Amino acid sequence: MNFDLTDERQMLQDSLRRFLRDNQEALSASTRLGNSDNTLGFDAEIWAKLAELGVIGALFSEEDGGFGGAGFDLTTVFEELGRAGAVEPLLDTAILGGGLIAALGTEVQKELVEQVIGGEVHLALAHGEPNSRYDLAQVETTVIHEGDELVLTGRKAVVVNAEAADYLIVSARETGVANDEEGISLFLVPRDSAGLSLRGYPLMAGGRAAEVDLDGLRLSAAARLGAAGAGFAALKRASNRAEVALVAETLGAMEVATDLTREYLLTRQQFGRPIGSFQALQHRMATLLIELEQARSAVINAAGHLEATAAEQALHVAAARNLVGRAGRLVAEESIQLHGGIAMTEEYELAHIAKRIVMAEHRFGDTDTQLERFIDQSAA
Amino acid sequence: MDLNYSVEEQAFRAEVQEFLSQKLPKEMSDAIRVGRELGKEGHEKWHAILNEQGWLAPNWPKEFGGCEWNAVQRHIFEEECCRAHAPRIVPFGLAMLAPVLQKFGSKEQQDHYLPRILSGEDWWCQGYSEPGAGSDLASLKTRAVREGDHYVVNGQKTWTTLGQHANWIFCLVRTDPDAKQQSGISFLLIDMDTPGIEVRPIILLDGTHEVNEVWFTDVKVPVENLVGEENKGWTYAKYLLTHERTNIAGVGFSRAGLDAVKRMAGSQMHRGKPLSENPHFAARVARAEIDLMAMSTTNLRIISRAASGQAPGVESSMLKVKGTEIRQEINDLARRAAGAYAMPFVSEALEGGNEPAMGPEGSAATAPQYFNNRKLSIFGGSNEIQKNIIAKVKLGGGA
Repeated sequence: MNFDLTDERQMLQDSLRRFLRDNQEALSASTRLGNSDNTLGFDAEIWAKLAELGVIGALFSEEDGGFGGAGFDLTTVFEELGRAGAVEPLLDTAILGGGLIAALGTEVQKELVEQVIGGEVHLALAHGEPNSRYDLAQVETTVIHEGDELVLTGRKAVVVNAEAADYLIVSARETGVANDEEGISLFLVPRDSAGLSLRGYPLMAGGRAAEVDLDGLRLSAAARLGAAGAGFAALKRASNRAEVALVAETLGAMEVATDLTREYLLTRQQFGRPIGSFQALQHRMATLLIELEQARSAVINAAGHLEATAAEQALHVAAARNLVGRAGRLVAEESIQLHGGIAMTEEYELAHIAKRIVMAEHRFGDTDTQLERFIDQSAA
Repeated sequence: MDLNYSVEEQAFRAEVQEFLSQKLPKEMSDAIRVGRELGKEGHEKWHAILNEQGWLAPNWPKEFGGCEWNAVQRHIFEEECCRAHAPRIVPFGLAMLAPVLQKFGSKEQQDHYLPRILSGEDWWCQGYSEPGAGSDLASLKTRAVREGDHYVVNGQKTWTTLGQHANWIFCLVRTDPDAKQQSGISFLLIDMDTPGIEVRPIILLDGTHEVNEVWFTDVKVPVENLVGEENKGWTYAKYLLTHERTNIAGVGFSRAGLDAVKRMAGSQMHRGKPLSENPHFAARVARAEIDLMAMSTTNLRIISRAASGQAPGVESSMLKVKGTEIRQEINDLARRAAGAYAMPFVSEALEGGNEPAMGPEGSAATAPQYFNNRKLSIFGGSNEIQKNIIAKVKLGGGA
């Protein structure tokens, strides 16, 4: 047993933490709620520097051109992003987009992975639909074969980073009915393709997404990513990785929320003394710190099983997301409450951090959905 | 024990329903139903409609132009307004200042200010909290120094709700800095157009401009704007806070919120079935509903006691805690029901633009309301302060 980071990961953590701290102003200025001027959804300069620092490369294995890619590489990076409240779309461009291309792409397509690692290309996964909720197999977008061409029709919902993406990875149903795991194909589609239109908007917790309309989008067979109808396993693998990244990000945000709350309890004076001297509040702070350590362990469990069998991955990912969802909500709500009004203001850091924590639950499945997945997996 | 409303009360409810079906503009109820902001004009319009009906001031005595409804009638009215998605009445003038003026104000103040509250000519805001005086309100520092026929006011108020629309503010100010905290406070009425007042917006975490900071620099306030006696303001403030807490349970809001959650869950598919049939989600909704059923009876028990003339004690603190917990839980259910469509921050959908809405009806407002309503357990005496009050009464000792 050894719960320390390796030297390489420790260095990665140190340099990323330092970089994000030094750039806190740029991180918060351009990307958060209420700043509608930035239609990119993140800071391009920060992105370039993240690539330069090797942060994107750390999310890919050596085989794929990176120098990491294991569960603990993901959690090391995303915990820091969470601490900084960064909205930079590493999840979308690197973990989901880059991950799927690395897993399924042809040699030509895989050249994009290199460009992702270099910070030159952005990606988005256009998979969820208005009726799919959190069900990965629920795909109603259709593919029709017309001669050599494939014609896609459908609508993709809340596609994060779509406007900034050079390519979208679009899922569509080739065979079967709506929630079959079989029959889902993936396509690599340039964002500016005819027949593909976006309606973009900012997100509650910062960053941007879009509704993507596919209105007779025509593709050649070369646009396929992986074999026809066989996309589900890769989607599941990519979403497992994304969910591990997401719980680590939430963990980082929870660390900051509890740090800010602890500091506030020690300094805020009411009734002639620091409010942290009231036992009723001390116990609540203690509860948050207990839950924070539970969350940390859940993240470690999930990251440590990311290379295990598909069943084990699924079990531990669902467990971590359920626990972190519950603990995160508690930490976000209690941190605001223990602060009082000040934490309700947009300019106070905790407001943004609390939104990152709570809104993370809305990607890939909320705590209830995770509970169902855990139960299914335990029974299997 | 009789859980039924009396025949008279049922007739009153029917009358309220009839009025709302006739006079509540559809575009207004549509907006409220999906959580859109009304803006100043919308509030003023509804205010005028109620005034024309003579139903603007349920709690005022008839001599001042009010309805003089008892607590049960007021409850029925509020319940029906929420059910019909009527706008909330801005309470600062009508429900908070007016009772203070009616009890402690001079005849001149009553004659001057009360009709202007009804007509909508004056929009009042509340100058209570300060950066250093939140839960510990009595530690407020804004100073008012008597100089001849006026006071000179210096200091800062905060969390001033809708202060950007207001032309008047009622303030707690310190007139005797040497007295013990509660004893040196006075209650002043201040014209927001007076030189030296600056209103600065505070943007909340859901992106809304709902509250403000109000700064006072050498603001001259005529002495006739003092309510009651100098240094007795704390008494009036406490009286006002009991009125602030009368609808603190928010039963009507919770009912409307729960209905909205059920509608949305019925329209969202989860694993091939409506989300409303999913056992995990259904259990959450059921727990909230069970809590609400009991809480609304607690509310009615307290209300009917109040209607028979008994003042509520710690029960109003209990209602505030339970009522806000339930409302916040329902806000949480709503964002859950919306799924991924809780993520977009679409100001067009909130403010009524032309863009077609995305996701299930009302989904755009779920996350903003969830975050905005974190305030419920903070304002009006935080839930911690309410528990201190309960504990002090039941256990004795210091709060």
